Amino acid sequence: MSSKNTLQSTRKKPSRRQKQDWFAGYIFIAPVAIGLFIFYIIPFIQNFWFSFNDVNKFNVATFVGMQNYQDLLKEPDLILALKNTFLYALITVPIGLALSLFVAALLNTKIKGTYFYRTIYFLPSVTMAAAVALVWKLIFHGEFGILNEVLKLFGIQGESWLTNPHTALFCAMIVAIWGSVGYNMVILLAGMQGISKSYYEAAELDGASPARTFFKITLPLLSPTIFFVSITGLIGAFQVFDSLYMMIGPENPAFNAVKTMNVLFYQNAFMYGYKGYAAAISIFMFVIIMVITVIQLIAQKKWVNYD
Amino acid sequence: MRKAHKRNHLLIHILLIAGIAITVFPFLWMVFTSFKTLPESMQIPPTILPESINWENYKYVLNVLPFGRVYLNTIVVTVITVLIQVLFCTMAAYGFARIDFPFKNAIFIVLLSILMVPGQIFLLPQYLIIQNMGLLNTLPGLFLPNLFSAFGTFLLRQFFMSLPKELEEAALLDGCNRFQIFGRIMLPLVQSGIVALVIFTAKFAWNDFMWPLIVNTDPAKMTLAPALSLLKGQYATNFPVQMAGAVMSVIPMIVLFFIFQKQFIEGVAQSGIKG
Repeated sequence: MSSKNTLQSTRKKPSRRQKQDWFAGYIFIAPVAIGLFIFYIIPFIQNFWFSFNDVNKFNVATFVGMQNYQDLLKEPDLILALKNTFLYALITVPIGLALSLFVAALLNTKIKGTYFYRTIYFLPSVTMAAAVALVWKLIFHGEFGILNEVLKLFGIQGESWLTNPHTALFCAMIVAIWGSVGYNMVILLAGMQGISKSYYEAAELDGASPARTFFKITLPLLSPTIFFVSITGLIGAFQVFDSLYMMIGPENPAFNAVKTMNVLFYQNAFMYGYKGYAAAISIFMFVIIMVITVIQLIAQKKWVNYD
Repeated sequence: MRKAHKRNHLLIHILLIAGIAITVFPFLWMVFTSFKTLPESMQIPPTILPESINWENYKYVLNVLPFGRVYLNTIVVTVITVLIQVLFCTMAAYGFARIDFPFKNAIFIVLLSILMVPGQIFLLPQYLIIQNMGLLNTLPGLFLPNLFSAFGTFLLRQFFMSLPKELEEAALLDGCNRFQIFGRIMLPLVQSGIVALVIFTAKFAWNDFMWPLIVNTDPAKMTLAPALSLLKGQYATNFPVQMAGAVMSVIPMIVLFFIFQKQFIEGVAQSGIKG
């Protein structure tokens, strides 16, 4: 069974026993391999092909070369969608990460009730984004929203946050941060608990302050986990859709102002029926995500500590 | 020294409780509003607690949408997705982790590359497949692409890889075949991984929004998330009715979470360590 044996014997003729094993292996992977092939690998290739075609409503494709990509560069909403997507990702991910780290650090102490706190903080990440968006919509409501009532206590006149094109995207960011802190905190806390106690004992002997210990010991040793959280967070943020659709939605005048790349894709693919063009948008998003991931992978060498 | 310690702990509790208030408030507000009458919900200044517990909004939601039907759809889709996806992923994970066969690594790398691609890339062709199969506005259309998961296969493969080889070798010598080894010896040993995948998949299937929104437009064939969007469209200013729908949609996952909180949280914690 060891891999050395297998290597030797594949050079010769495989034995009957081994052929049986191969057969068993193929049976085990067959459902997943065939399913992924039909529903993911072929669609990936087809989507790539569509991006060079005009696909009409009967799904007949006509080759148009780079036309869809040229149209995308001329898309009046492209700059807006890119700006919103980057703004959303570059605000929600770092702030969400900082808050998650803060809560994780508070829970990584010898206080009582950590289990209770961890459970409650995790709650938003098990609940449906679509349902949560509805209650936030009510909270932010201009007339009956509780937020404006609270602001009134401080003498601030609130406004209709979600129909104002200047504030709507920020409301969605607040909801995204609210929804991600608990999830990321659990991952970061597990990482913190994996750091050897001896580092902290040494720091205590040296009389280091808790803040210094956090920045000099916890953060560097936690950097692989921070890297994981920020990379998955960024990829998720680039694909934001649910909360924008539910909280702001196509019937809201501010919806155009909060348009992100994924919203642009959805509108073209499933509302206007420009399938070839939408395919080009999705390929464009893929390239952006790849470039950012590669940049992060290169940058991590400077700050992520793997020993 | 002692006193300073105590003061620190008090400060930490205060900070954490403030965070809890922000975390929990939207849920409380959802529940409170769902019991209010329409005029009460539009009162200025608003009432915090509902004046009386009034179930009308819940009854209303159940009647206007075929909400019972939508609920049942969501349960059926979630259960089927979880059962089949987890079975397939476990089998494939075992195959990739423990059996040697030609082209194994090449196949694995191709499947793994799916994880690096954003979901939108597949959406349009998947929609066309479902359309060509005549499955738009049917339940199989909702779950078919989700029966196969590269993520689940990769996750469980990590669990199978960590088991010692000797277990299998002894069973093979005893004349067990691969299927017996898989079912009797290996499955019980990767239980924690399977539980983690069940939770991830159930959460995903229950809460998924974009795919069901696209493939099913008939309310009788919808799941909860897109049905809420329909409810929002029809009762744009009737917040108590919307909240009643939202409460009913989130309750099953919250109940499951409180029952299996340890598994939920450990599954997520491990995704950071193993990933």
